[in-house]
Amino acid sequence: MDNVLAFGAASGQAARVDAVFLLILVVGVFFFFLTQGIMIYFAVKYRRRVPGRDNETPDIHGNPMLEFLWILIPSLVVVAIFYYGWRVYTDQRTSVAGATEVHVNARQWMYEVKYPDGRTAINEIRVPAGKPVKFILSAADVLHGFYLPDFRVKMDMIPGRVTTLWVQPDRPGSYQIYCTVYCGTGHSNMLARLIVMPPGEYAEWVEHGGREGGEAEGKEPLHERGERVVKGAGCLNCHAVEGKEKIGPNFRGVYGSTVPLADGTSVKADEEYLRESIVDPGAKVVKGYPNVMPTFKTSMPPDDVRAAVEYLKTLK
Amino acid sequence: MEAIGRPEAGGNGGGYLAERGWRSWAFTLDHKRIGAMYLWTTIFFFLVGGVFALLLRLELLSPQTRYFSNHAYNVFFTLHGSMMIFLFIIPAIPSGLGNFFIPLHLGARDVAFPRLNLASYWVFVAGFLVIIGSLVAPMDTGWTFYTPYSAKSAAAVTTLSLGLFLIGLSSILTGLNFIVTIHKLRAPGMTWHRMPLFLWSMYATSIIQVIATPVVGVTFLLLAAERLLGVGFYDPAKGGDPVLFQHFFWFYSHPVVYVMILPAMGIISEVIPVFSRKPIFGYKAIAYSSLAIAFLGFLVWGHHMFTSGMSPLANAIFSFLTFFVAVPTAVKVFNWIATLYKGSITFESPMLYALTFIFLFAVGGLTGPFLGALATNVQLHDTYFVVAHFHYTMMGGTVMGFFAGLHYWFPKMTGKMLNEKVARLAWALVFVGFNVTFFTMFIAGTRGMPRRYAEYLPKFHTENVISTIGSVVLAVGILVMCWNFFQGLRKGGPAPANPWRALSLEWKAASPPDTENFHEIPIVTEWPYGYGTPKA
Ligand code: HEM
Ligand SMILES: [Cu+2]
Repeated sequence: MDNVLAFGAASGQAARVDAVFLLILVVGVFFFFLTQGIMIYFAVKYRRRVPGRDNETPDIHGNPMLEFLWILIPSLVVVAIFYYGWRVYTDQRTSVAGATEVHVNARQWMYEVKYPDGRTAINEIRVPAGKPVKFILSAADVLHGFYLPDFRVKMDMIPGRVTTLWVQPDRPGSYQIYCTVYCGTGHSNMLARLIVMPPGEYAEWVEHGGREGGEAEGKEPLHERGERVVKGAGCLNCHAVEGKEKIGPNFRGVYGSTVPLADGTSVKADEEYLRESIVDPGAKVVKGYPNVMPTFKTSMPPDDVRAAVEYLKTLK
Repeated sequence: MEAIGRPEAGGNGGGYLAERGWRSWAFTLDHKRIGAMYLWTTIFFFLVGGVFALLLRLELLSPQTRYFSNHAYNVFFTLHGSMMIFLFIIPAIPSGLGNFFIPLHLGARDVAFPRLNLASYWVFVAGFLVIIGSLVAPMDTGWTFYTPYSAKSAAAVTTLSLGLFLIGLSSILTGLNFIVTIHKLRAPGMTWHRMPLFLWSMYATSIIQVIATPVVGVTFLLLAAERLLGVGFYDPAKGGDPVLFQHFFWFYSHPVVYVMILPAMGIISEVIPVFSRKPIFGYKAIAYSSLAIAFLGFLVWGHHMFTSGMSPLANAIFSFLTFFVAVPTAVKVFNWIATLYKGSITFESPMLYALTFIFLFAVGGLTGPFLGALATNVQLHDTYFVVAHFHYTMMGGTVMGFFAGLHYWFPKMTGKMLNEKVARLAWALVFVGFNVTFFTMFIAGTRGMPRRYAEYLPKFHTENVISTIGSVVLAVGILVMCWNFFQGLRKGGPAPANPWRALSLEWKAASPPDTENFHEIPIVTEWPYGYGTPKA
């Protein structure tokens, strides 16, 4: 459920942030029209009507009462806004018991997801609705961000530190996650999804070992499943299928081609080469590209790797 | 300012501009020439930075990168931001207009240390030459250089940080010079409370420059040491702390936003009374609020780091203090508006830009509380909301104040008058273009579009297209303004010594002023805002 309007809040917590937003908006619009209205009114009313008649304006230097009031009133208003913003923030940062815990580790340019029971995923986090979720955030290389606009929260992901974030997903749906701390070339492609499932479905999904329902599994052509895998794992953040080259080599036409390697040799891109490039990308580094790709050995089950290879073969 | 003696005769014969040849500029000790060199240099970087802005806007026409690679986009916003901040907005008003007008405002012949002044210009030039050298491997870190990315990046970060170190040094030297000048070289009779408000704001600015800039200098040196010698200050892999860099960086860069805005506020405080023919309202409140802003500005750097994992208590304290910067700022705005009351107002281009400053700065200022309040900061931080907010304050504020100053002082600096019709046309284009470009960014940001994104989700397409259209209008407006300046320089009519009938001392000097400014040092008997009385 994408945030079509600014105020499409995905949780009660988000609605409270929106209330702060609205309060500041109302106060701001009020003061804007008050001050600018007066300014424009003065500018129009006291414009010089008779050329040259400008030596008769009153000799006003100030007004202590006004001066006092317009220090006092803004001070009170800002303290009120501060207090409200702080209260809502504090509640949102206070730890909650019984939360579903999810570990998210960021690296250029993907989110590696780990559940306490050992399941892993990339760029996709699944949680049950109606239960608080605690994200335990870390980063492998540089700073990254974890921004959930539908929940109005974000948190930096910092190498060498652990930060945390709580949300209370009330409504099932699929929510956008963005990286918000600039992290290099692939920054704007560093996207992920939070999928909030109805509790029953979630339990079923966990039972299937953290994979999607059995029904479709058998019938889906392997290359179609591969396409899903490739898109879901974030491969396309670095590898283009159409158009301009990104950080890594283009996928189109790779299968069957002769690939020049960094060590001066070359290799024919067959199924085994493609598989190895996914699970052990450092083994054969393509000439002219940095060796930055993470391994998918643990995060992509062998079935998925096979499917991904089948998909790459279709990209002629 | 009622000073003894009439406006000096002469002028238009060339004044300080009479001497020709490059040596007469390169080795000049005249604060006016040094100021003019700073103006040319900084305006040049403003235009180059503007070209990068247009390239960014061009790329953002489509959700997927179409014209440039993602890396090129990242380089462009880094160069745009760094140029605009370090090579344009920080030096433009203080070192450019400040150098030119501080001694004239004071009734002095020059700044306290003319040689140091020239040195600071050449250190500045050395700095940007080193920065240009860093373009061999252009930076893609954003103007904030956050570690560990900047410590690891293959770009020429070391070179760039050394260049910025020099720029900072130049800024410190200028600040020191101005502080001493304002203390020591006031004309006889000019007490602190008879100083034009531009001087008060420049005084506050100089204090910030002298106190804060060394911190960023050291920060950049540590970064260079980390990259060159492998000492781990910021990189956790080497035992450092990336967040430490952010604390250092913002301890400088937050106060520095007041280096950017205070001088512009000083210009507004000069222009509004002149064109309203009214004494400034609340002189002391405006003067001391500059100092209050300078002081408070040092206590709020943490508001750039609310999501960096600082403790909720530290966040609460920084949020609370942040809100108090709003108060002296609001006080200034109220006083300017009150100055209009019962005035006899005309709307020449300096006044148009001054009123535009108030209008746009009000938008920038009133969107500040969204970012100061913790709950909404966590939502809006690092989105286009922030980009819109700071462009409203920096471009809608400072740059409009700078434009007001350029139009106001053009006759004094050049001895020529500007074409007022063309100036107003340019103003109208800038005003419309600016709002179309940047207001849409508030909407994109509230809907969740993160900043520094070369590619974005299609749902943000409309906002981005509108914003790009606005930026073209804005650019045309700025070009028309520049064209008008060139025409004015080449064939503007001769300017009288005091075309706006203003009372501060620079208007007692000829247009353009002679090298020694005043043949006789003026004696000051009153404050400079006695407008509306027959003597004005
Ligand atoms: C000519 C009008 C201008 C336009 C159309 C413009 C547009 C932009 C755009 C599109 C971005 C990139 C946002 C992103 O990808 O995150 C940006 C960033 C920025 N702009 Fe401007 N801008 C203009 C003028 C200015 C001025 C006058 C200043 C400063 C005085 C300024 C300071 C900055 C800074 C500091 C950044 C942030 C760069 C970064 O993220 O590292 N801009 N601007
Ligand atoms: Cu990132």
